[in-house]
Amino acid sequence: MALLSIKNLTVTFGEGDNPFRAVDRISYTVDEGEVLGIVGESGSGKSVSSLSVMGLIDYPGKVKADELTFDGSDLLSLSANARRKITGDDIAMIFQDPMTSLNPCFTVGYQIVEALKVHGGGSKKELKARAIELLKQVGIPAPESRFDNYPHQLSGGMSQRMMIAMAIACNPRLLIADEPTTALDVTIQAQIIDLLVNLQKARGMGLILITHDLALVAEVAHRIVVMYAGQIVEMAPADQLFVTPRHPYTQALLRSLPEHSAGHARLQALPGVVPGKHDRPQGCLLNPRCPYATDRCRKEEPGLQPYPGNSARMVKCFYPLNDEGSPAV
Amino acid sequence: MLQFIFRRLLLVVPTFIGITLLTFFLIRLIPGDPIELLAGERGVDPARHAMLMAQMGLDQPILVQYMHYIADVLRGNLGTSISTREPVLHEFLTLFPATVELSLCATLFAIIIGLPAGILAAVKRGSVFDHSVMTISLTGYSMPIFWWALLLMLVFSVNLGWTPVSGRIDVTYWVDDVTGFMLIDSLLSDDKGAFISTLSHLILPSIVLGTIPLAVIARMTRSSMLEVLGEDYIRTARAKGLAPKRVIFIHALRNALIPVITVIGLQVGTLLAGAILTETIFAWPGVGKWLIEAIHRRDYPVVQGGILIVATLIILVNLLVDILYGVVNPRIRHNK
Ligand SMILES: Nc1ncnc2c1ncn2[C@@H]1O[C@H](COP(=O)(O)OP(=O)(O)O)[C@@H](O)[C@H]1O
Ligand SMILES: [Mg+2]
Repeated sequence: MALLSIKNLTVTFGEGDNPFRAVDRISYTVDEGEVLGIVGESGSGKSVSSLSVMGLIDYPGKVKADELTFDGSDLLSLSANARRKITGDDIAMIFQDPMTSLNPCFTVGYQIVEALKVHGGGSKKELKARAIELLKQVGIPAPESRFDNYPHQLSGGMSQRMMIAMAIACNPRLLIADEPTTALDVTIQAQIIDLLVNLQKARGMGLILITHDLALVAEVAHRIVVMYAGQIVEMAPADQLFVTPRHPYTQALLRSLPEHSAGHARLQALPGVVPGKHDRPQGCLLNPRCPYATDRCRKEEPGLQPYPGNSARMVKCFYPLNDEGSPAV
Repeated sequence: MLQFIFRRLLLVVPTFIGITLLTFFLIRLIPGDPIELLAGERGVDPARHAMLMAQMGLDQPILVQYMHYIADVLRGNLGTSISTREPVLHEFLTLFPATVELSLCATLFAIIIGLPAGILAAVKRGSVFDHSVMTISLTGYSMPIFWWALLLMLVFSVNLGWTPVSGRIDVTYWVDDVTGFMLIDSLLSDDKGAFISTLSHLILPSIVLGTIPLAVIARMTRSSMLEVLGEDYIRTARAKGLAPKRVIFIHALRNALIPVITVIGLQVGTLLAGAILTETIFAWPGVGKWLIEAIHRRDYPVVQGGILIVATLIILVNLLVDILYGVVNPRIRHNK
């Protein structure tokens, strides 16, 4: 049984017959010990979908799903109270900007102890000892003195380590990392990813690693979900996705990586931006930006289908790309 | 921190000079002089008038008078009242506790109602409650104090007879002056009736004086809370699985209070300005009423000295607010 199982998760904002679908019928699973990468440009619904797993989508946002289960229990049918018992305990999350994600008014020690306290407790001394142990685990030098630091006394990388310490405090079985390195220096990025992957391996957690940077997840993710405008356009084992992208959008993402575009005259990114609330096209949502779009793409929406001959791969395209990278006709 | 305080104190010097200039010349712009007003309708014979003016040094060129005044102030001498012959500072100190008592009660009233109203409005933004708080506080903010005072007086004192019309305590009680704060003094006097009488005298003036600060505090709390509730660290707090109460009252409120404290501190100016009207309407024997009467009597030393002291206090309170701001906000505390 999968640790997290999502079927047709939809998150809408706004009222009326046609509310904005920030997340549009996405389905995926994460197993224990698995690293799932979720990639996509900014605005493609990566954050909203993971926040809905955490139960952190507020009114007026609406979360619907045919299935949203964690370890077999249906998250959507839980009361708010029961849901909070899981949030931060079995499922934890870290965010994009560590510098603003810690409360400036409290010491980091206080904030970590607080995480331990809500889902367990213990004496003040025990909690502090455990917090310091966590700081050690996430590689913070001089943890005893760092314990009493305020967030503004920490660098970005150090803050993200604190966030990770806080997230793993209650031994979560699933950790969601939403662009954990986007706000950090390039030199620090690899360290944080290494830390996350090491913790994931050591603890056997499921890890959802969200990023807009395909290169980042290339080496660490087992499987990759590619999102576009709230939808999943491709899902594949990581090694296969990088060699043979089946969706034009994935291909474009790969081509925009520095190592691929080195020989090209210019970055081969797609022109345009992810459609938002008001400019969602008819048919396939990518069609205005897709070099291969046909009339059919402009009228009908393709479904997310297994790629012919490989059931481990799913692609949402009428003309999935072949091994040479050209669309099937 | 010490350096910070010192720098702030240095900035006070030009402010002081400005205040002395303003009070000194503005009060002299009003027609009439202290002697004329002291004499009243009977009038005063010109020769005697000139003599008395000369006695008080009011016949000298205005700039010379100003220099004398500044020289006195620098020696710590605020002069004596023309009408009572009492030292200005002494009069001020006798009356000040009444004003402080009223202002504190008004502030307390404003905080006790304004803070929770602002918090709740932010948490339930867009709700009927939120809209009501915003509308009522806007009304309160723009309500003319004297009109509001008369309205309350009419309803609660005259029609319903629940509260006394004016003064600090019923004339039938005699309370020894220990602290100058009637609430404390009447409590010390062991006479329950005196305490209750004091309390009932405080209610309407406190509400009147506290209305504008209440509106400001409620609106400021609401907007500050709204801003803080959208911060990333609130999402982090919720992602830990904390209960909404804890998220709001521990994680959000602590941050939201920082600007609110500043605003409360800045209300001291508003309060003292409001006290002038409120005290006059409710015959509250405080500094505000004293200043108004001094202006009517052209009692130059009282007006100049009184306003200078009040301004000093406002400046000090603002300084205190800045320090307090550093205490609640670690980012400032650590920036030495
Ligand atoms: N609270 C909200 N109200 C309305 N729209 C929202 C809200 N949060 C996110 N969105 C919209 O949902 C879409 C997906 O956002 P997001 O999940 O943050 O994208 P990503 O994380 O992939 O960059 C965006 O178009 C964004 O504007
Ligand atoms: Mg995001």
